[in-house]
Order: sequence, then C-alpha cells, then structure tokens
Amino acid sequence: MAQPFLELAGIGKTYPGVVALDGVSLTVSPGEVIGLVGENGAGKSTLMKIIGGVTAPSAGTIRVDGAERSAMTIAGAIAAGIAFVHQELNLFDNLDAAANVFIGREPLKGGLLRLVDREKVRADTAPLFARLGVDFRPDTPVLQLSLAQRQLVEIAKALSLDSRLVIMDEPTSSLTLTETDRLLKVIADLKASGVSVIFISHRLAEVTACADRVVALRDGRLAGRLEKDEISPAAMIRLMIGRELKSLYRPPAAPPGEPLLELTGVRTQAYPDRHVDLAVRRGEILGLAGLIGAGRTELARAVFGIDHMVAGSVRLGGTPLAITTPRDAIASGIYLVPEDRKAAGVILDLSIAENIALPQLPALARGGLVDRRQEQAVAVAQRKRLGIRAPDVATVVGTLSGGNQQKVVLAKWLSMEPRAIIFDEPTRGIDVGAKREIYDLMRGLADAGVAILMISSDMEEVIGVSDRIAVMHEGAVSGILARDEFSEHRVLRLAVGHDE
Amino acid sequence: MQKKDFGLLVLILVVGAVVAFINPRFLSPVNLANTANLVGLFGLFAIGQGFVIITGGIELSVGSVIALLGVLFVDLIANFGVPWPLCILLMLFLGALIGLAHGLLITRLNMQPFIVTLCGLLIYRGIARFYTADGTVGFAFGQSFPGLDWLTIGRTAGIPHSIIAMLVVAAVMWVVLHRSVFGRYLYAVGKNEEAARYAGVPTERVIVAAYMICAVLTALAAVYFAMYTKSISPSSHGNFYELYAIAAAVLGGFSLRGGEGSIIGVVLGAVLLQMLQNLVNLLGIPSSLNFAVMGSVILVGVLADQQFDAYRKRRAAAAMASAEGSGETRAA
Repeated sequence: MAQPFLELAGIGKTYPGVVALDGVSLTVSPGEVIGLVGENGAGKSTLMKIIGGVTAPSAGTIRVDGAERSAMTIAGAIAAGIAFVHQELNLFDNLDAAANVFIGREPLKGGLLRLVDREKVRADTAPLFARLGVDFRPDTPVLQLSLAQRQLVEIAKALSLDSRLVIMDEPTSSLTLTETDRLLKVIADLKASGVSVIFISHRLAEVTACADRVVALRDGRLAGRLEKDEISPAAMIRLMIGRELKSLYRPPAAPPGEPLLELTGVRTQAYPDRHVDLAVRRGEILGLAGLIGAGRTELARAVFGIDHMVAGSVRLGGTPLAITTPRDAIASGIYLVPEDRKAAGVILDLSIAENIALPQLPALARGGLVDRRQEQAVAVAQRKRLGIRAPDVATVVGTLSGGNQQKVVLAKWLSMEPRAIIFDEPTRGIDVGAKREIYDLMRGLADAGVAILMISSDMEEVIGVSDRIAVMHEGAVSGILARDEFSEHRVLRLAVGHDE
Repeated sequence: MQKKDFGLLVLILVVGAVVAFINPRFLSPVNLANTANLVGLFGLFAIGQGFVIITGGIELSVGSVIALLGVLFVDLIANFGVPWPLCILLMLFLGALIGLAHGLLITRLNMQPFIVTLCGLLIYRGIARFYTADGTVGFAFGQSFPGLDWLTIGRTAGIPHSIIAMLVVAAVMWVVLHRSVFGRYLYAVGKNEEAARYAGVPTERVIVAAYMICAVLTALAAVYFAMYTKSISPSSHGNFYELYAIAAAVLGGFSLRGGEGSIIGVVLGAVLLQMLQNLVNLLGIPSSLNFAVMGSVILVGVLADQQFDAYRKRRAAAAMASAEGSGETRAA
C-alpha cells in the first residue's frame, strides 16, 4: 500500500478546563475521500485547525509523507499542499472572482512597480473554472455571485494551490441539487488525480455518495470508522449520537385545515414580470423547493415587508393585509426565520433574553420602560421549552452553537402569537440532533394551527418534512406536489422548469 | 455601573489626587465650581452625541449649531425683545428641526452620517457668520434677565446650575437609554441594524430620533453657552466642540462602530476632559499643549481599555470553555 499522505496519531487538545480532542487518530492516503462527521462541538473544527496549523495539539504526532512534525504551522500546512474550503466563505466581494482565486499571491508585472498582472490572473483562472464546470466568467464581481457560485470560487482557489489534500467544511450546505452533483463530480475528479479530500458535512446522503471511509467524532473522541460498504446515513447517525435515532420526521396529527396564508399575484423585485400564487393551509407545512436564485428568499422577504412588493396581495385567514415593513407583518402574526441567521436572525452581541424580547418589547413594557422581570420570565420559559443549551438567558447569543442560535430565533417567534411562519433554510449548518428538534418544533407549531412555509434547498428535508411541496422556477411556482407525488426526480424536474 | 465606567471613575480620582497633590488649588471651591460649570456645559451636548454614536453614526455639526443658535438666541432677546422662555423653546424647536433634517437625510436618502453632518458643520457656521455680518453679538449694557441668569449661570450653595441641569438631563437620558424600549431599540440598531429590522424594530425612526435628541440637547447647550460667554463671535464660538463631545463619548467607552456606551460613561468622559484642561492650567503646562495632552490621554485611555477588554474576553472564553467541559452546555 502506498505511503499515507497524512497520519495523525493520538491527537489530543485541551483548553483550560475542557478536553476538545482526546486520542484521535486519522490516516489519509493519496486519492482518498474521507467523510468526517460528528455533531457540532464534537471536535471536527479543532481537528481541522490542528491539520491546518492554526492551533497546536497538546498531545499526539502528525506525519506528512512519513516525516514527523511536532507541530504544524499555517505556512507548513500550505507548503505541504493542504487547502481549506471554508463553510463561512472567505471571499472579498468587492473583487472579481479571478482576483479572489489568486488573492495574496497575484502574479506581478512592471518590475519595480509591482503591478498586478490582471490578464494572467484571469487566464490562469479560466482552466480552473472549466474544470469545475463554472457558468460565470472569471471577471464577474463576487458581489454578483450566488452563495453556490461563491463556493465554487473557493474550490477553484484550493485547486489553484496544487493541493494534495483539500478539506471541505460543509461545502454543500448552500448548494442546490445540481450544484451538489457537480461538486461530487469535482471530488471524484480530484480523487482520480491523486488528491485526497476530507469532506465534513451534516448532509449524510452526500457523505454516503462520495466517501471512501467515514470517521465519526463524538465528544472529542473517535466514535468509530466505517469502511466503504458500511457507510449509510443510519450507521453514521448511530456513531455520531451514540444511539439509534428514530425517524427525523414526525407526521402531522390531523389533516390540514382551510387556506390560512394566501399569496395572490405576488411580484418581487427579483422577478417583476413573474408572479406567485400560493396558499398555505392551517396546520400544514408547505415546502418551497427550487434552485438557488429561483426567487424563493425574495418572495419571503417581500411577504415579510423587508423588500418592496412590486404587486400582489397577501391575505391571512381571509383578511387582506397591507404589509410595508416587518413591523406590519409581525403585528399580523406573520413571522420570518431568515436564511442568514447571523446577519438577520439574531443580534449576536445581545443576550438570549434581549434577542427573544426584541420583537415584543412594547408588550413587555410598562409606560415605555422595559419590564425586565417579565422579559426574563419569557426568556427562561422559552429556553426550557426549546432546550436552548446555555448557562442562562443572559448568555450572549454569539457564543452559542448554530443550532442553539437558531433556537433563539424560533424562541423569539414562539413566545408571541404566530399565525404563519416562513422558515428560510431552517437547518442550514445545524447538526443532526438539533435538526430533529427543529423539525419537531415545526410540526408542533403546525399541529397547533400555524401555517408554515418552509424554504429549503435540502432535498431530504423538503421531502421528509413537507406535507405538500411547491416548486419555484425563475420567480413563479412551476408545480405543487401532494405527499404521494413526492420524489426527488419530480422536484428537480419542476425546479429546472422541465416538467411535462 | 458597568466595569468600564468604574475604571474611568478610578482614573478620574487618581488624576484628581495627583493634580491636587501637586497643586492644592485644584480643590479650591472656586476652581471646583468653575470646572463643574464647564463639565455641565460640555456634558449636555456630549450626552446627545452619545445617542448618535450608539446608532453607529456621528454628529459633526455640534459646534456650528452652538454658534448659530447662540447668535439667534442672544439676538432675539437683546435686539428683538422676544421673551426669553419663548426663545429657549424656539431654540429647542430649531434644534429638533436640524436633527430631523439630518436623520431624514441619513435614513431616507441613505447618506452617510459623516457627510451629512460635515455639511451641517459648514452650513450652520456660514449662516451664523452671515447673519451677524461676522460681527459679535451680545447683550446691551445694563440689559439683564434675572430669571434666565438664575437658570443658566446662577449658583445654589456654590454649585453652578449648568451642572445641575446636565445631571438632570443625564438622569432622564439614563432612564431613556438603559431602561426604555427606545433605548433597547437603539442598542439593537447599533449592533445590527439588519437583524433589528427583521425583529420589527422601526430602525429608521429610531435613528432619526437619535439625531433629534442630539440636536435638541445641543440646542440646550447653545443657550447655556450663550449665557456663559454673554457675547458671541460667530466665527470662533463653539469651534471643535463636536470633537470634545466625540472624545467624551469615546473616553466613556462608546464604540464608533455603534451599539456600545452608557450615560454614566459619557458623563465621566466629559468630567475627565475638563479635568485635563484644568490640569494644563494648574500644573503650569504651556496652554499651547492643551490639545496635545487631551489627545495623548484619549489615545492611551482607549488603548488601555481595548487591552482590558481583550483580556476580559479571553477570560470569559476560558470560563465558557470550562463550563462546556463540565456541564451539558456545548458551543461549536
């Protein structure tokens, strides 16, 4: 057998008072794709930081090409050919795509003037983009790219470094099905040319599709390994949470009621010449599927009053609403759990209690002054109800894990009187355990008579959670599927606008 | 009181003790009363500036507003015989209008606060100088308004009424900023305007209100300054005062990125600034070095504050990490 590219043995990492990693070993051979799974906080990030030379391990050895390194440095990791594709995209959106690929190592011209050779940057980027099947030009400003396209720029950056090991952290969490397929092809391509990949993902179907081996972490320890023929979502979940997980999805308690949230002829700024007609029934979870850029988020933003609605009407329980600001929407009981949790869902620097109270402060105030005891009581109750893991409700939201931050967003709305809630990518970047809790909450809300519109690009989630699926294509609804018509194939055909 | 404010208070006491030790005149009733008067005058509009800075904005026209409204105030009373209570109300109203204009330009027309208020700085100063044809405006000999004098430059038991006015304003504004729904909205907007909007906060109205509060308090300060100097030369009156206000806020722990700061902090910041001015006089430092001393202290103060903050954050992170290890709490 060929010499492994990277060998980690007995890696441990302790921070003051906490063991982040304990005795973790991992071997990566050339051309091998390793799936790394584990719940948030299991130690995946710490392990990757050690491989990337960002932090030094407290125990254990690292070997690259058989040569022992006491500690990796960032420069050493880059020199060894280890590249990262980060979950949080690290792109400069004021530069074009090609400039981002070569950022920090631009080819120069003009001698002492040290000018950036922009032509060469673009010319060198073109073949990388071709290899990835990218559908935009190297000189496109990143600002104009979708999340998925930005991800491809990151991958092109990793490829341009002639990497021998590419570490992808949640690379598919914002990609659509076709884009994910393409990424999986890119991974196969890398593998064929001898490049190793560590693929970190909560999307277990994709891990199953691409990994040669799976390594699962739990509480900083190695929970187990799976060889190619043992890999399955169920097996991975078992290792990750240490027990059998019952189905993630719960069926509705009762058949849905009458239409509650009705959108008629809604035109958004993204597609002013197309319109959406959609009705979400009382007690129903209506999945809204589609490709990224189909106008789903724009629809949600317009209904919630963030963006100006070009035309159309929104009715709730038969009453027409005039929504021009989120305040109007909230006053009528229509809430939004936004796509970008950190930018729009919570205020990271405020406490759990302050975040939960924010939309309902007037109700929690007397004479214009905040009633802190009531505020505290609401937050404490919600923390208990949703199982938000934090020492207390005064904890600053920025220190919580993604799943717990999302629970704070939900707590905000659940402590009020929701009539219709729009969820935009409710479980993006959230671990399996927390996902299940969030699905449970959504179902609980629906059973209590709330109309739920769930925008999701995660096919498993759309099919598992929804009672009906509406698919959007270029700003309009291309089809609505009932439970017995659900299939990935159907959803995808409608999403690309090719349904017969 | 927050830890930050407490640190600033300790610094003030230490500086005060050192100055008093070198020159005992620092503690003389006359000196203390004079310094307190200036703290009151500068504190009034520094508190207003604090509201704007919390939203992540800045108000640069403070000095020019003090000059323009001061000129109008004195002129209306001295030369047009307008009753002074009416005049004060009129100044406050004009202040509110200025704040409203700034706020609307910033929120509705998406202009940057720095630009809007920089233009304000130039415009109001220009109007003030034009209005008086660059001359000095003052009261005629023998003109006196006992009520107005008592309110602005009067003293009770040796305590200048200006600092009492400032403390009353500070107390009211403390409730507004630290206890009211509006105050909470201000912090939310300052920390993350987008998320605040998604939570139903009327972000535009909150920002406009902050500029209005700032301008109204500045107008009040303009009245006090006018009565303090009695004669106003519009080309120099109030010059650089916006910078005193910003400096007081920054010393008081405000972040120019928004979302941070307290009333106690900005008041203590104003106290420290006036002490520094006083110290320059009392310790025989050439008064030309006045600004240099102020600048150095602010620089060192903010630097030290940041270092402390980073240290506190590291400790909090370590504490959080050990909590995770022992309890069920787990952050990614």
